[in-house]
Amino acid sequence: MAVIPKFVGERIKRREDPRLVSGQGIYVDDVRLPGMLSAVLLRSPYAHAKLNSIDVSKARALRGVVAVLSGNDLKDKMGSLPCVAPADHVPFHPVLAQGKVRYVGEGVAVAVATDSYLAQDAIDLIEIDYDPLDAVVDPEKALAPGAPIIHDEFGTNSVTFAQVPNPAVDEAMRKADKIIKFRIANQRLAPVPMEARGVVAKWEAGYKQLTIWSSTQIPHLLRSQLAEMLKLGENKVRVIAPEVGGGFGCKLNVYAEEALTAYLAMTLGRPVKWIERRRENMSGTTHGRDQITYLEVAAQKDGTVLAMKGRFICDMGAYLHLLTPAIPGFSGLMMTGCYKIPALAFEQQMVFTNKMATDAYRGAGRPEACYIAERTMEMVAAEFGLDPADVRRKNFIAKETFPATTAAGLVYDSGDYNLTLDKALAAIDYKKVRAEQAQALKQGRYIGIGIASYVEICGLGPSALLPPKLKGGGWESATVRIEPDSKVTVLTGVSPHGQGQETTFAQLVADALGIDIDDISVVHGDTAMVQYGIGTFGSRGTTVGGPALMITVAKLQDKMKKIASTMMEVPPDQLTFVNRTIAMVSDASKSIPLQQVVDAAYGYKQPIPGVDPGLDETSFYEPSACTFPFGTHVAVVEVDPETGVVKFLRYVAIDDCGKIISPLLVEGQIHGGIAQGIAQALYEEVVYDENGQLITASLMDYAVPKAHMLPHYELESTVTPSPVNILGVKGVGEAGTIGSTPCVVNAVLDALKPLGIHELDMPLKPEKVWRAIQEARKA
Amino acid sequence: MQLTITINGQRHSDDVEPRMLLVHYLRDVAQLTGTHVGCETSLCGACTVLMNGSAIKSCTTLAVQADGCQITTIEGLAKDGKMHPLQEGFWEEHGLQCGYCTPGMIMTATDLLSRNPSPTEAQIREALEGNLCRCTGYQHIIKAIQYAAEKMRSAKSA
Repeated sequence: MAVIPKFVGERIKRREDPRLVSGQGIYVDDVRLPGMLSAVLLRSPYAHAKLNSIDVSKARALRGVVAVLSGNDLKDKMGSLPCVAPADHVPFHPVLAQGKVRYVGEGVAVAVATDSYLAQDAIDLIEIDYDPLDAVVDPEKALAPGAPIIHDEFGTNSVTFAQVPNPAVDEAMRKADKIIKFRIANQRLAPVPMEARGVVAKWEAGYKQLTIWSSTQIPHLLRSQLAEMLKLGENKVRVIAPEVGGGFGCKLNVYAEEALTAYLAMTLGRPVKWIERRRENMSGTTHGRDQITYLEVAAQKDGTVLAMKGRFICDMGAYLHLLTPAIPGFSGLMMTGCYKIPALAFEQQMVFTNKMATDAYRGAGRPEACYIAERTMEMVAAEFGLDPADVRRKNFIAKETFPATTAAGLVYDSGDYNLTLDKALAAIDYKKVRAEQAQALKQGRYIGIGIASYVEICGLGPSALLPPKLKGGGWESATVRIEPDSKVTVLTGVSPHGQGQETTFAQLVADALGIDIDDISVVHGDTAMVQYGIGTFGSRGTTVGGPALMITVAKLQDKMKKIASTMMEVPPDQLTFVNRTIAMVSDASKSIPLQQVVDAAYGYKQPIPGVDPGLDETSFYEPSACTFPFGTHVAVVEVDPETGVVKFLRYVAIDDCGKIISPLLVEGQIHGGIAQGIAQALYEEVVYDENGQLITASLMDYAVPKAHMLPHYELESTVTPSPVNILGVKGVGEAGTIGSTPCVVNAVLDALKPLGIHELDMPLKPEKVWRAIQEARKA
Repeated sequence: MQLTITINGQRHSDDVEPRMLLVHYLRDVAQLTGTHVGCETSLCGACTVLMNGSAIKSCTTLAVQADGCQITTIEGLAKDGKMHPLQEGFWEEHGLQCGYCTPGMIMTATDLLSRNPSPTEAQIREALEGNLCRCTGYQHIIKAIQYAAEKMRSAKSA
């Protein structure tokens, strides 16, 4: 019999791919049901306006149109869209606007027709009388006296003011050689998954059963929220996340269209499909970042940072989505980065503006934090004429001191920050490239070297860290079922949408049970099949879902060992799983086929004392703590002073995500993360004009990077296992995004330093860089 | 309007509205859902198919414009149950994550390799100008296309 190899740690091709490369994956828009109708929304063209009247009569009269509804038709029919994170002011968030519109793209009416072309025709016939109101666009002016109020009931545009004071910070500021003050802006970004959102809903009246297909990262949490909004029992709502074409945080949410499509299916008695268009996606799917931070850094001449103080202004948009006001907290808590900065204080003013809500976007608070920490290191280095690498070394949390408690009270699990920095500088040949930079400058060429060392918080997490109103904590679940033919079904509570857990989880189970990867089927994303789970976000899929899986596998191993033990007359603790057998650890030739043990468990002809029939186990795993992946990225860029164009010469990333199950997939996650981080540094920005009109509403105007706009990434990894879970894994979904943004900005500003340019806000587009150079040359 | 289109070697004759987009014809009439819609504006390339051998964006082409044409979609690439070298390359080199852009990427790459069997990394990056991927950062896509190019060249010389 062929020997079954080990899979964990090997370069394994993804098991998801054959269907996806042949066009056989089923995304929401590929779901087709008999009698299905198509819904199209009419959206507000105004950022802020009173809704006087809506006339849908012409639209309703159109042939093929089944229904046209506006906000008034839904009053009292449905609850508010949920925001589970605490805030002082949480407005009612209607599914369709009622009385007033508060951002461009807010849903005002919906038409349902026999096909989407007809529904679009109907939308064009709806007549609306708006009274435009002044809009609040600049978050720094949202609280100014006389600013228009977005939610009248609060009398203010403040969402929440949060404060983490610390007298030690003031003390450090008095003692420091220098207090460095600067302002940082993390601009508003759009997540732009290639598959926009989409929903199909089916109501089976006789069974009072609702089925919803949605492009979501959180099928179970969505089920809970929708059941409450629609006043249905959770046992009567089934959510299916089919193939999901990317999420990046924006599908960690509950959207109006999910509730609305369900409501339409229930009231019209026919299945309804709604597919988001890209323009709607840009204006009506949650954005990310949008934080301004005023910093004060207390530093010594030798580069030691004594304290940091940050004042944040966070733009929440017009309404609060699922976790909107929870995101900035991570930025504050993580802003000391990889550094043993003894004192931290911060305050955060979150405000309403007439824009789409912000919420989680790949990194969710940590890219902002890392950008703050890594710009701080550069500012300190520049202030005292030190090498930025040396300033980082001076302040790193020492390897020996882990687990390390930070000034914010977080406990970093494990780390070796010098190691990734050393490796990155060696890979780039730091001294040589610095010499080349000096040489190039003599020829009028502007080369810059940027470093960023990052640490992030992953594996969310202990349930106490998640908002109390979220139905579900930070735990994760897994069921493993060995079927009567020894094939294995894994049901995981996480909901991968590109991450590849159908592969990584199969690798783990195959090794643990001594079977082939092809013997395993990993099922996810269907609440009728899978036990309650939390979903995929915050790099938690493998970090929390993985241990849940292995705890479940261990239960099955125990059970099978007990069965084998009676059959082989060998103590269970002397048995192991190898090559589709259960064998003695000391002598693999003494074994019985796995199938015989499975037969005994299912056939159960001879009851085994202390062992129930069947092979099906479930576990719910609550993590004891978060994990903290880290790494160092280094970029070498050249800025063309005549055009402002930034060209990459090298990009090196050394990442440490703990133990690696699937090196190929880890590489893929880091590549994609770097691309999104570079996008923030150089290209992307959601722009609203002074009236709140969305200027970047298409992919023509919003610069998602193309292949030729990104560098060739050179990757290496170090492995510092996490002590907080049995797999030693830390998570890798967001790492690349977090390290790359400050790395690239630091590189560009390093190139511009000889011109006297030390600060520039992202994105560093050619025009902005060129203008800065022109002004610097004039001065 | 009456039209006849050959899709993946099969003749389809249908009466469609003049305004129907080719991508909707492929997905809704011909029931081939491997071709995706990502932006409706020709910018993301998820809807790329081959029309008479050249890559086009089916989201901004009317179905009637394809009357009398040969269309190849992702479903038409595998031959005798065997993946096309590009499909193999994307699998082998982890050229996809969520998979949504993948059919369009593969069709664009098919066009590229038919014109240039040995593209450099820079030429591949340029050729992907009209195709966006949000997951991979493109590097593994480039490797996937190089893998396929190599495979197709050695198949030709064999």
